[in-house]
Amino acid sequence: MAKLIKQGALQDTDPWSTDTDGYRLVTLEQWQNERDAVLAELSAGRTGLLLDSHETADLIGDDSRHFPLIAVNFPKFADGRGYSAARLLRERHGYQGELRAVGDVLIDQLFYMKRCGFDAFALREDQDSSDALQALSTFSVTYQADVGEPRPLFRRR
Amino acid sequence: MYVYDKHDQQLLNERVAQFRWQMERYLAGKIGEDEFLPLRLQNGIYVQRYAPMLRVAVPYGALNATQLRALAQVARDYDKGYAHFSTRQNVQFNWPALEDCPQILADLAEVQMHAVQTSGNCIRNTTTDEYAGVIAEEITDPRPYCEIIRQWSTFHPEFAYLPRKFKIAVNAVPGADRAAIQVHDIGVNIIRNDQGELGYRILVGGGLGRTPIIGTEIRSFLAEEDLLTYLEAVIRVYNQFGRRDNKYKARIKILVKALGVERMQELVEAEWQRIRHSDSRLTREELERVAAHFTAPDYTPLTDEPQELVSARAANPAFARWLGRNVRQHKQAGYAVVTLTLKQKGTAPGDVTAEQMDSVATLADRYSFGELRSTHQQNLVLADVEQRELFNLWQEAKALGLATPTLGLLTDMICCPGGDFCALANAKSIPVAEAIQVRFDDLDYLHDLGEIDLNISGCMNACGHHHVGNIGVLGVDKKGEEFYQISLGGSCGGEHSEEASLGKILGPSFARDQMPDVIARILDFYVAQRSDGESFLEAYRRLGHTPFKEAVYGKAD
Ligand code: SF4
Repeated sequence: MAKLIKQGALQDTDPWSTDTDGYRLVTLEQWQNERDAVLAELSAGRTGLLLDSHETADLIGDDSRHFPLIAVNFPKFADGRGYSAARLLRERHGYQGELRAVGDVLIDQLFYMKRCGFDAFALREDQDSSDALQALSTFSVTYQADVGEPRPLFRRR
Repeated sequence: MYVYDKHDQQLLNERVAQFRWQMERYLAGKIGEDEFLPLRLQNGIYVQRYAPMLRVAVPYGALNATQLRALAQVARDYDKGYAHFSTRQNVQFNWPALEDCPQILADLAEVQMHAVQTSGNCIRNTTTDEYAGVIAEEITDPRPYCEIIRQWSTFHPEFAYLPRKFKIAVNAVPGADRAAIQVHDIGVNIIRNDQGELGYRILVGGGLGRTPIIGTEIRSFLAEEDLLTYLEAVIRVYNQFGRRDNKYKARIKILVKALGVERMQELVEAEWQRIRHSDSRLTREELERVAAHFTAPDYTPLTDEPQELVSARAANPAFARWLGRNVRQHKQAGYAVVTLTLKQKGTAPGDVTAEQMDSVATLADRYSFGELRSTHQQNLVLADVEQRELFNLWQEAKALGLATPTLGLLTDMICCPGGDFCALANAKSIPVAEAIQVRFDDLDYLHDLGEIDLNISGCMNACGHHHVGNIGVLGVDKKGEEFYQISLGGSCGGEHSEEASLGKILGPSFARDQMPDVIARILDFYVAQRSDGESFLEAYRRLGHTPFKEAVYGKAD
């Protein structure tokens, strides 16, 4: 299994990264085409959604709340669309489940990802997990509002 | 000027530590080249033709004497004893060692300076009028708004990996464009509406580079408190929908063109309506807190035209000439705004030595409350000089080679580093600037020609803003040889007009040694054709392109 950091800690197990027990991710397209079937299986809590980088958050919108997990794909770490997707899922669509960054997920982007609402990070294979944990607390001050702190610094100074 | 509080300093210190750690991991082989690239870029480090280049931010051009001395120290300790002021009001060092950069940034953090987001696909240094706060024409001082934008854009978690770089500029003078806002990704024009309320007119999608475009209005009036939420909405739309498949089509201007400005406006409005009442909406207190950093210094009550000035001017024609050209009216009686030109013959435009920087810091302390500004024309400004001290200042500046009385004239060129330093260049640009400076060094002639913007870029990336030069020079590569293409009629608006225009290419390009002659032909034609008091740009606009073309290439049959 890929190195997974979740809620600030390295995980030993992850049901989503094995095909067993019925855990699976559906693509946005599958959701759109087979909505009823996917809805029916969702009660088991083992169906997540995979949002690719070109798919904006509004395409799933409030339906995101049906899913226990949404994985946002970063095909290249420099593709920054996933940051907006995550933020909108959290702030606009009220998504409360696990929001996982997948794909080209590297240590030096984790802090920004966390601020945008990701709470799980499937690190790229070669990434050092202790460095990754350290990176999650790079800054103690932030100017802007973010998912964890809706007040920008100027309302907190 | 803005002074950091404990939060600002803490954040910057954490940034220094972060980058030190990243550099260690890079040097230990734990971060790959491609992955380190945006990390170093967002800390101002390019890898140039011969060495890394470090671009230090000078937020909206504001510097104090202590900071300038720190820059001089960096030039001495880590570079070859000089630095370069860029067209984005920033400072560049051309010769630091990569491994030294974390320590340089640590040194600079001690004087509240940094290189944050001076490169990379993120929100860059916001620029504004170098005369902000000291001229009577402005609606209000634009610097507090720039500082507010600076803080908001610094480490914005959502916008660190945009499709491409993103530049914002702010103008606050009605009827003028003093910050080239029409050629920025977002141009913010501070205005008052019919009810007299302060707010902004927002332009979007301007830019130079390969596809030069003048920005279009996307909102005619935005209330003062809505600045950040609106910027956030624009950039969120861009982050989601801007192209990422082709870096030459990735700027917001291409998105605006593809969608049409009406559609872009709809998307932005829809986004903004959903966040405009969030906590990110600016508060009165914050606007006032930041504005309080930019209050007027402790001016001495003085009158205009003191005796010291009047008699020195009468006695000394060279001083009088400098006054007429490089010194500007101040809103405070008895004070003046002085530009120190970094356009000495024999040095590259914008270059200063460490000694000059130290000396300018001393001048700033002695004559201008310890502060100065850098300009997008690559000069330095002492903004609060007593008129009775102007003669003394002039003598000192002259001795330093910083009083060439050519502000706004032909030889006050904008010029990018070009092929001497830049890995992307098609051609050198500094030697062209030098050849023009050498050829046109007669001050009477230059003053008679009047104001002309001559801008030189070494390639299509247009760091030298050639599209908006009245005379633009672009380095091109023809079968491995360096050639130069000339365009005429560009303007970024500027002091006298808010109307920007893009230059039109004159014809086939020229070899470097032909350039002074070609420029001479263009100027001779202008001089012969101009009517009384008509500037080069006005004459070009009246006469049209063809006569100039014929003057250079001869008449087509
Ligand atoms: S215009 Fe081209 S050559 Fe000049 S600095 Fe920019 S990228 Fe380099």
